[in-house]
Amino acid sequence: MTSDVSGSAAPTPSGVGAAAASKQKGRSLLLTRRDKWILALLLGIPAFVHIFLVWVPTFASIVLSFTSWNGIGGLDRIKFVGIDNYRVLVTTYPPFWPAIQHNLIWLGVFMLIATPVGIFFAVLLDKEIRGTRFYQGALYLPVVLSLAIIGFIAQLFLSTDQGLINGVLASLGVKPVDWLGNSSLNLWAVLIFASWRQVGYVMILYLAGLKGVDPTLREAAKVDGATETQTFFRVVFPVMRPINIVVLVITVIESLRAFDLAFIINRGLNGLELLSVLVTNNIIGEASRIGFGSAIAVVLLVVAVGPIIVYLSRTLREEAR
Amino acid sequence: MSMSKPRLGRGLVALVAVALVVTACSSGASPAPATQAPAESQAAATQAPAESQAALGATTIRSNEHEPVPAASVKAMVDYCTAKTGVTAPVAITNHNDFQDQFNTFMQGTPEDIVKWFTGERLRFPARNGLLTPIDDVWQTIAANYTEGMAKASQGDDGMKYAVPIVSYPWVVLYRKSLFAEKGYTVPKTWDEFVALAQKMQADGLIPLAFGDKDGWPAMGTFDILNMRLNGNKFHLDLLAGNEKWTDPKVQAVFKKWAELLTYAQPDPLGRTWQEAAQAWANNKAAMYFLGTFASQQVAPENLDDVDFFPFPTLGTEWDSEMGIDAPVDAWILSKAPKNLPAAEAMLACFATPEAQLAFLGKDQSQIPAAKVTDTSAFTPQQMKMAEIIGASGGVAQFLDRDTRSDFAGAQGMQTLLQDFIKNPSQDLAAYTAKIQGVYDSLPPQ
Repeated sequence: MTSDVSGSAAPTPSGVGAAAASKQKGRSLLLTRRDKWILALLLGIPAFVHIFLVWVPTFASIVLSFTSWNGIGGLDRIKFVGIDNYRVLVTTYPPFWPAIQHNLIWLGVFMLIATPVGIFFAVLLDKEIRGTRFYQGALYLPVVLSLAIIGFIAQLFLSTDQGLINGVLASLGVKPVDWLGNSSLNLWAVLIFASWRQVGYVMILYLAGLKGVDPTLREAAKVDGATETQTFFRVVFPVMRPINIVVLVITVIESLRAFDLAFIINRGLNGLELLSVLVTNNIIGEASRIGFGSAIAVVLLVVAVGPIIVYLSRTLREEAR
Repeated sequence: MSMSKPRLGRGLVALVAVALVVTACSSGASPAPATQAPAESQAAATQAPAESQAALGATTIRSNEHEPVPAASVKAMVDYCTAKTGVTAPVAITNHNDFQDQFNTFMQGTPEDIVKWFTGERLRFPARNGLLTPIDDVWQTIAANYTEGMAKASQGDDGMKYAVPIVSYPWVVLYRKSLFAEKGYTVPKTWDEFVALAQKMQADGLIPLAFGDKDGWPAMGTFDILNMRLNGNKFHLDLLAGNEKWTDPKVQAVFKKWAELLTYAQPDPLGRTWQEAAQAWANNKAAMYFLGTFASQQVAPENLDDVDFFPFPTLGTEWDSEMGIDAPVDAWILSKAPKNLPAAEAMLACFATPEAQLAFLGKDQSQIPAAKVTDTSAFTPQQMKMAEIIGASGGVAQFLDRDTRSDFAGAQGMQTLLQDFIKNPSQDLAAYTAKIQGVYDSLPPQ
C-alpha cells in the first residue's frame, strides 16, 4: 500500500498536461478519478487515525464521566449516575479545588514569568554575544532531561533531612525549611524547577523564530531611529506572530498537563494536587473510579481547550478582516 | 515522487503532534507498565523433582517483589517447592507500586496462575468481582498450618478461601538497645510512662518519635493503633468496613489523642519519606519509631542486633488487655482461569508449609512466617518477639489501606485527609470527621 501511495502521489504527466491546458476551468476538472481516490486515501487515513485516537476517546471520556464503573467486568456493569460525579467533585472531593487552584497558579507562573524570561533569553542570545553557544546549551539542557529526572533532582535539592539546600542552611545555622512537605511552600519550590525547564523550551523555540526574521526589517527600523526596545516590540514581535501563537499554546498545554514533577515528588498529595494527577489516581490506580476520573478529565479538557479556542477564533477573525 | 515523500512524512509528523497534544490535554500521562519478562527459575531446570508428582507439569507465577532481596526470597521459596512437588514455575516480576496500580486491569487480562497479593479488604474486593479462583480444596489440607485469624483473613465475603498467607509482621515501636541503655531509658508500658519517657528524651535533645508521611500511608498505622487502643479492634474494623460512622465522637477522641502524640513526633513529617524518618531513628537523632518492623531495613547491617521493639503503650481503656495491633499479611492468590489448576494448587499448598515460608525468609529478619512454626530454632530473637507480640494480641488488623476499600484509602481519600489533620491537628474535629464521612458517603456502592 505504501508503495502505491507514494508512487501515485506524484502528479502524473497527463495530470500536469491537463492542468496546464485547462487553467481557467473549474478546479474539480483538474482531478482525475485516480487523483480523487488518492486524495480520499491520503485524507482518509489521517482522518481515521485522528478520529479514533483523539475524538473517540474524548467522546468516550465525556460519556463515562456520567457513569459509575470500577473498570471490572463487561460494559454492562457501567451504571449511569447523571451529574453525580460532577456534584461530588465540586462539593465533597477534597483535592479538587486545590488542584484547580494549583493548575491556575502553574499557568500564571508560566505565562507571566517562565515564558517571558525564555523570550528574553532568546532575544539576548540572538545578539550573538560571546559564548552564545554555551549559554544556549546550558539553558536548553533541562529540556533534554525528562521531568521525572528533574523531579529526582528537585528532591536532592529540597529534601528536609538530606537535601542540598537544607544542608547549606544548616551549616549557616539556619533551621531547616520543609520545602517539600509544607503545603504553602512546596508548589512554589516545584514551580522553580518546572520553570527552569520551561525557560529553555521557550528560548529555543523563540530563538529559531528570531533567526527567521528578515534582517532588513531591523535595519529599516534602525534607519527610522527606533531604539532596540521599540524595534523589538513594534517590529520583531508582531512579525513573529506565528511563533508567538505556538509559544502561547505550548505554555498553556505545558502548564495544564503538568504531572510528572508532582507525581514523582509525592504522588500529587498535600499541596501538589494537580488535575492530571487526580485523573491518574482515580483511573489508573487501584481505586479504579473510571467514571469519576473521567469527570475530572473532562474538566481538564474544558479548561485546556476553552482558552485556546477563544484565542484562536479571535486571531482568525482579526486575520479575516 | 521525490517531492511527495517528504510531504507525506511531514503531514504525518504534524498529525501525530496534534494527536499527542490533544490526548496529553485530555488524559494526563499514563505510566508505561514496567513489567519484566518471566525469568525461568534456574533450579527448576537443574533439580530433579524429589517426589513422584512430576506429572503435574508446570504453573506460572507473577510476583511484585522487584527489589533484589525479596525477589531472591520468592525464588528461594519457589525453588524449595519445585523440589518438593515437582511443579516447575517461571516467576515473572512487576514493580511493586506499578503492580498495585495495575492489579485490577492485570487480573482481567491473562494473568499468571499464581499471583502475589494481600489479605483483608484488598483480597475481598477482587474475590467479590470474580477475578479469583476459590481454593477451599487447598485449604482442606493446609488449614492445620494456620491460626483461625489467618484463616479468616484469607476469606472472601462468601466465606470461601482465596489466599495462602506466607509472611506477616507487626507494627511496633522500634528503638535501639544501645541508646536506651546509654541514657537509662526503660520500655514504657502505659501512656503515662510513654509521655514521661518522651519528655525525658526531649530534655536530652532527642526527638522522641521519628515520623514521616510524605508517602501518605505511614500515618495510617498511627490512626489504626490509637483507634484500636481507644475503641477496640471490632469498632476499628467496623469503622473501616463502613458499619460505623466517622462522625462518632469515639473517632474524634482518636484524633485528640493523636494531636497529643504529635507534640512528641518529628516535626514537618509531610516532607519526609518513611525511609528518611527511619534514617533519623537509625542514626540516633530520634529515639523511637512507630512503624512496621520493616523499618529495620534502613539500619546498617552491623547494627541490626541492636534493634529492639515493643508494642504501642496501653491507653488506660477497657481495650488495654486486647492489645489490638496491625499485622499485615502478604499472601498468594489463584487467578480466575489458571492454565494448570492441579499444578498451581500443589504449588500453593507447598507455599502454605512453614518450611517453604522459612525458605522464603532466609536471612530476612524483619518478618515472620504466616503459618504456625513449631520449630522456632531458626528464629532470631527479633522474630521470636514478633511472633510473641502477634500471638498475644486479641485483635489483629491488617492495615488501614488493606482493611478498607481502596478508593477510600488511597491518595484521593484517607491519605489526603490524614495529611490534612497532621498539617493542622488543632482544627475543629467535628467538622474534620464530618468531612471524612462525606468522602466515604460519596463513594459508589460496591
